[in-house]
Amino acid sequence: MNRIKQKLQEDKKLLSIYFSAGFPSLNDTVTIIQDLEKNDVDFIEIGLPFSDPLADGPTIQESSTIALKNGMTTEILFDQLKDIRKTVTIPLIIMGYFNPMLQYGVEDFCAKCAEIGIDGLIIPDLPLDVYERDYKAIFEKHGLVNIFLITPQTGDARIQQIDAASDGFIYMVSSAGVTGSQSGFGNTQEDYFSRIENMKLKNPQIVGFGIKDAETFTQATKSTKGAIIGSAFIKHLHKEGVNGIANFVKTIRY
Amino acid sequence: MNYNVDERGYYGDFGGAFIPEMLYPNVENLRQNYLKIMAEPSFKEEFDQLLKDYVGRPSPLYLAKRLSKKYNTKVYLKREDLNHTGAHKVNNTIGQILMAKRLGKKRIIAETGAGQHGVATATVCALMGIECIVYMGEIDIARQAPNVARMKMLGAEVRPALSGSRTLKDATNEAIRDWINNPVDTHYIIGSAIGPHPYPDMVTRFQSVISEEIKWQLKEKEGKENPDYVIACIGGGSNAAGTYYHFLHEEEVGIIAVEAAGKGVHSGESAATSALGKEGVIHGCKTLLMQTKDGQITEPYSISAGLDYPGVGPMHSHLYKTKRAEFYSATDDEAMQAGLELTKLEGIIPAIESSHALAIFKHKAFKPEDVVVICLSGRGDKDLDNYIKYFNL
Repeated sequence: MNRIKQKLQEDKKLLSIYFSAGFPSLNDTVTIIQDLEKNDVDFIEIGLPFSDPLADGPTIQESSTIALKNGMTTEILFDQLKDIRKTVTIPLIIMGYFNPMLQYGVEDFCAKCAEIGIDGLIIPDLPLDVYERDYKAIFEKHGLVNIFLITPQTGDARIQQIDAASDGFIYMVSSAGVTGSQSGFGNTQEDYFSRIENMKLKNPQIVGFGIKDAETFTQATKSTKGAIIGSAFIKHLHKEGVNGIANFVKTIRY
Repeated sequence: MNYNVDERGYYGDFGGAFIPEMLYPNVENLRQNYLKIMAEPSFKEEFDQLLKDYVGRPSPLYLAKRLSKKYNTKVYLKREDLNHTGAHKVNNTIGQILMAKRLGKKRIIAETGAGQHGVATATVCALMGIECIVYMGEIDIARQAPNVARMKMLGAEVRPALSGSRTLKDATNEAIRDWINNPVDTHYIIGSAIGPHPYPDMVTRFQSVISEEIKWQLKEKEGKENPDYVIACIGGGSNAAGTYYHFLHEEEVGIIAVEAAGKGVHSGESAATSALGKEGVIHGCKTLLMQTKDGQITEPYSISAGLDYPGVGPMHSHLYKTKRAEFYSATDDEAMQAGLELTKLEGIIPAIESSHALAIFKHKAFKPEDVVVICLSGRGDKDLDNYIKYFNL
């Protein structure tokens, strides 16, 4: 069974952490992944940096820019990850924009992910219809789970469609906005969360965007399976470097 | 061969809507409604009225006699430079503001490079009394001060794009991020024939008034609707899309695109996307795109701020790939010389963007009996600083 699906069966609220590969330094990737696993993070989203990340706010944009300046490429990332399964067992997901994958070749990209032991992909700008028509067969052939996003504006019919197309979890964007732009959770989120809860989807939901501390983590996971932290972790890396990952995780899950 | 958009939103292999789910409701709403709204009699009436009384259409089709004599062919100029706000951009912003009103939107955002589309957007927002925010690269804000001032006078807020290379591509990213942040009340007026479907088609249709007029104007002057060639400069390609539209399926009409070669196609400082680009995804569509081997989008260069975009509209990628259009590129020097030549021969100072189309005569010879229509997409007032510096005036 795919590691993601196995993990989703555990009886706990899952914590996922996102970071941009190649940031703060080019070769921090493996250290960060290992440290996150040591500190009981449940799965990891490895950001493949892109020059024009249009769904991301300033924090992740900046970390992507720095990663690219550090020389990060798809090839280098795969090379850094080639032995990752010797030391890391939790699910690993690559999150990135579509163009770098397209240039690498989607088939080659998926084959390489499978070879390394990547479990899934999140590609915000690869729409559902294109995925189903052109790429689904390739993903499935390589045992990769594709994770789709929903937002508070996504209509019920569309959510049902996404649920049907998903085979892992649904990435539930907490509120309108790019990454790192949310100030907190209010009534709008509560309504949205309960709307989704009542839909009784077949796939569990993991909430992302706006999770930055224990309070928002608890709020986000009240009716969902888990939550994803990105910008807040990048900010931590920016300040503290790769040291103190344990301290960061402790502030979320104490 | 079909050169129009298909029902899936593609031009052959290009186009589509490669957008994050956050934008889906807005783009889908637009996709479902744009053709219906454009076909409403009240929409057409308001659009046509504004184009006539506010923009000053039809724009003249002018036989440039001295230019024709010099190149021994018959050259007509489609005078989009005479439109209100000085370029073809306003055809699209008028259309889109009327669309936004009918979609119930209360807030307008736009991106701009040189500021022409920003001014055209700020203008129609002032006309309709709608809030307007224009994203512009920090570097472009510094080098296009008069247009920034115009937008401010028109009541728009000009927000600097501080990310990436701080030019047009980044202004577009920031506008898209704004749209993600404001998913309900905001309409994004994209200025070129780019972006997710239905934008390239919608912008093309609003700009298609250019070729619609060329047809009947040429009939009056030449006794036939079709010229031998239509020629336009291409950045994202909105004036070109409008100039070609009604000729796309007229096989006898040659279609010519002129891109910006900057300091030379292979100099590393160029915006000649058809020569340098590969298929990729930018700003929501699949198209030809200047990028690294690794799929990172590269920064284009041209002396013309309106042409330095790393991609080209998906329709144009299709015209290139199917060889329906001939693609050429003009360097900064060729364009500046062509601009000065038009000024001396015809008393018309063109925008530097349009000067690239005029530079076609450096690359292609036409027959004496050919009827050649060039879209003079904008006037050169905004470029005076550049002309002054370049020619030491």
